[in-house]
Amino acid sequence: MQLLEVRDLEKKFGGLKAISDLNFSVTERIIFSVIGPNGAGKTTLFNLLTNIYKPSGGSIRFLGREITSLPPYKIAKMGITRTFQNLQVFLNMTALENVMVGCHLHSSSGLIAAALRLPSVTREEKKVREMARQALEFCNLQDIAHMPASALPYGTLKRLEIARALAAKPRLLLMDEPAAGLNDTETMELCNLISRICESGITIILVEHNMSLVMEISHHVLVLNYGELLAQGSPYEIQHNSEVIAAYLGED
Amino acid sequence: MKAMVGYCLFALSTIVPAILFPDNYYVTVVGVTICTNIVLAVSLNLLMGYAGQISLGHAAFFGLGAYSSAVLTVKYGIEPWIAMIAGAFMVAVISYILSRPILKLKGHYLAMATLGLGIIVHIFFVQADQLTGGPDGMSGLPVLTIFGIPIDNDIKWYWTFAIFMLLSVLFSLNIARSRSGRALAAVHGSEIAAQMLGVDTAKVKSHIFVFSAVLACITGSLFAHQQDFVSPESFGFFFSIELVTMVVLGGLGSTYGAVVGAIILSLLPELLIVFEDFEVLIFGAILMTIMIFLPQGLFVAMEQAFHNFMNRREQGAANATS
Amino acid sequence: MLPPIRNKIMDQLLQFLISGLTVGSIYALVALGFSIIYNASDVVNFAQGEFVMIGAMSAIFLLKDGMPYPAAVFCAIAITVLVGLALDKFAIEPAKNATVVTTIIITIGASIFLRGAALLIWGKEIYGLPPFSGDKPIVIGNATILPQNIWVMVGTGAAVLAVKYFFDKTLMGKAIMACSYNKKAAFLVGINVKQMLLVSYGLSAALGAAAGVLVAPITFMSYNSGVMLGLKGFCAAILGGMGSSMGAVAGGLLLGIIETIGAGFISSGYKDAIAFFVILVVLFIRPSGILGKAESDRV
Repeated sequence: MQLLEVRDLEKKFGGLKAISDLNFSVTERIIFSVIGPNGAGKTTLFNLLTNIYKPSGGSIRFLGREITSLPPYKIAKMGITRTFQNLQVFLNMTALENVMVGCHLHSSSGLIAAALRLPSVTREEKKVREMARQALEFCNLQDIAHMPASALPYGTLKRLEIARALAAKPRLLLMDEPAAGLNDTETMELCNLISRICESGITIILVEHNMSLVMEISHHVLVLNYGELLAQGSPYEIQHNSEVIAAYLGED
Repeated sequence: MKAMVGYCLFALSTIVPAILFPDNYYVTVVGVTICTNIVLAVSLNLLMGYAGQISLGHAAFFGLGAYSSAVLTVKYGIEPWIAMIAGAFMVAVISYILSRPILKLKGHYLAMATLGLGIIVHIFFVQADQLTGGPDGMSGLPVLTIFGIPIDNDIKWYWTFAIFMLLSVLFSLNIARSRSGRALAAVHGSEIAAQMLGVDTAKVKSHIFVFSAVLACITGSLFAHQQDFVSPESFGFFFSIELVTMVVLGGLGSTYGAVVGAIILSLLPELLIVFEDFEVLIFGAILMTIMIFLPQGLFVAMEQAFHNFMNRREQGAANATS
Repeated sequence: MLPPIRNKIMDQLLQFLISGLTVGSIYALVALGFSIIYNASDVVNFAQGEFVMIGAMSAIFLLKDGMPYPAAVFCAIAITVLVGLALDKFAIEPAKNATVVTTIIITIGASIFLRGAALLIWGKEIYGLPPFSGDKPIVIGNATILPQNIWVMVGTGAAVLAVKYFFDKTLMGKAIMACSYNKKAAFLVGINVKQMLLVSYGLSAALGAAAGVLVAPITFMSYNSGVMLGLKGFCAAILGGMGSSMGAVAGGLLLGIIETIGAGFISSGYKDAIAFFVILVVLFIRPSGILGKAESDRV
């Protein structure tokens, strides 16, 4: 069974078909990249996978279960989480607190228990703090744990979003342009981080414009053009696919 | 542990004056007003400050608590504490039903919806005079007994309100540093990111809406018995705005900020009485000035200034020794 | 011949329509003012109702002081425009990066401030203006209409047409529309965004003042009158759709009619609640209003 199966996926905005007839599958424990010229529908695809947009047609199955109409928080519960193209870090908290929100699914105390500060709550807080600290360490962010997120530089915030998503212990991580705005050093560190995430057992779907990053770490690449699947295969195959080259160069 | 010390100091500052000056007007009467406003501000802050949901109608829940106690005890002869619980239950149900559609709204639309709600409830208090006594209000509430102790003099009322207030503040502080508090703040920070981390944002918003409404409702019931009088005037649009002012004055999202804001705004009328007719003008001016120049609120601004000062001192010491 | 009861209801409806359109015209002017400021600056100006009050009270007192009626009206509008400009300059501009909640509270603070000033200057009493052209009721069928009602509807119509012409045909109006679509782009093509915002506030204030002057001969005004008018005008703007100026006008007229009919047939004590009940329904079902556009976030 494939981890993620997308069948006949379609999204219309009014008369415009943003995604049409999309079919693909993602196996476990790989880095699966989605590339394509601007406007090809990559972020739309992510928004469809996480049900921020409702598909106009088709189905999405995760671990064999239909998730097409599940609300985003239930999709997260099933083990899918994501980072965002426009950073959605919680700027009103510290870095550690941001990541602790990531542990939401692995804790359970409710509002009343919290108000009364029951012993179970205290125990859980300790556990969550430790989980969050580990996620920060994995991303090499342990030094800024107590800094307010609003005071952190852009590159750090991008990594923080990843740490937060990891704290949720997902099976599938969707990363929307994680390299955008990063310099060369930061991009290399990101490359390293993504590989380590995959090695730890998490499947990654990556949307990226940075071709060298994509070709370096991906196991499988899918090319979108005008919302349709243009080609898919190994990085080598894609790099030598004439249609793909035409789609990118044709942009000029 | 700094937090524990802070809270204990705060609790002491509430308890000590009552022990030392049990007959003082400022302690018993003004103190009760301050405690009332603190609970209302703290409950509103949970909704507005942590969860980021504007409410311009919070006075409605306060009023519903007061009127349900008044009506049930005076018109139907029900035991005061049972009436209080019944009122709280009714408000819990109403606020829950309303919470789902209302909290789908954001920004101005949410402000307007809560405003509309508050005004409708207020008009109901005025118009349903068979039930509520209309604009002239109702009085003659029976004495409230808590755990068998009748609350029948000023100092007992102060203790009741003080304990209730200290519990509410404690609850709010506890919620802030818990999974629920973080979920609330996450909803405020980025609802979409919160959802992608498994937070059922609709449920979280709804629960805090109900929690804050019930807290205001219970405060209203206590208020009704303590004043032995309820009238629509106390529960209108202007009071809702006053409550919002308290929260933002101290600092949205900070429990102690709400406390500070409540204290300042409770004492302000006493100070402004000197200025008589200028009172409304000055209130408006203060509100505007703080929001323009210190939008994070007075308490939070003070906290920030303190942190900056401490950081600079550390830097200075580090530089001196290097 | 219609049976008598049906005739009576028709008469009542006609009367309600007239009253409804009258008060609806006032709501329309206030809603239009809200809409203009909202479109230009994404700010909901909770002080809009105070423009109505200031316009009316200024006219009343200038008239008392001996100014001729038309001059008093003109000066009252001018005074209110100055207040609107000051509001933008001193309260809104300094806080241009503030959050939605903060700006809402700033404008609420401003409305309280203006009310406090009105209280100091004009006291607590209620006043009225004399009607523009006498108070002899005109009979239409079995309903009566006051000349002032006609003035209100005509005045509103003229103001709305003038505003429409301003936005559709003049350079400045189009510049303001550009600001409402995309501030950065407008700035980059050389539009002085700050100035355009200022003009929007001035225009809204003028509309509010006009409403005040038109309605003062019918309803008594005091320092407090702006609150409900402002809130209901906001309801009307939401009903018609916040993004649309013509929607605001339509919302205002519709709200006036619904309110009058509701008060007439159901209960007059709950009249004020009707407007808020209506928008709760609108907000729950279709927040974008009748003519507004639905919003969506870009992630």
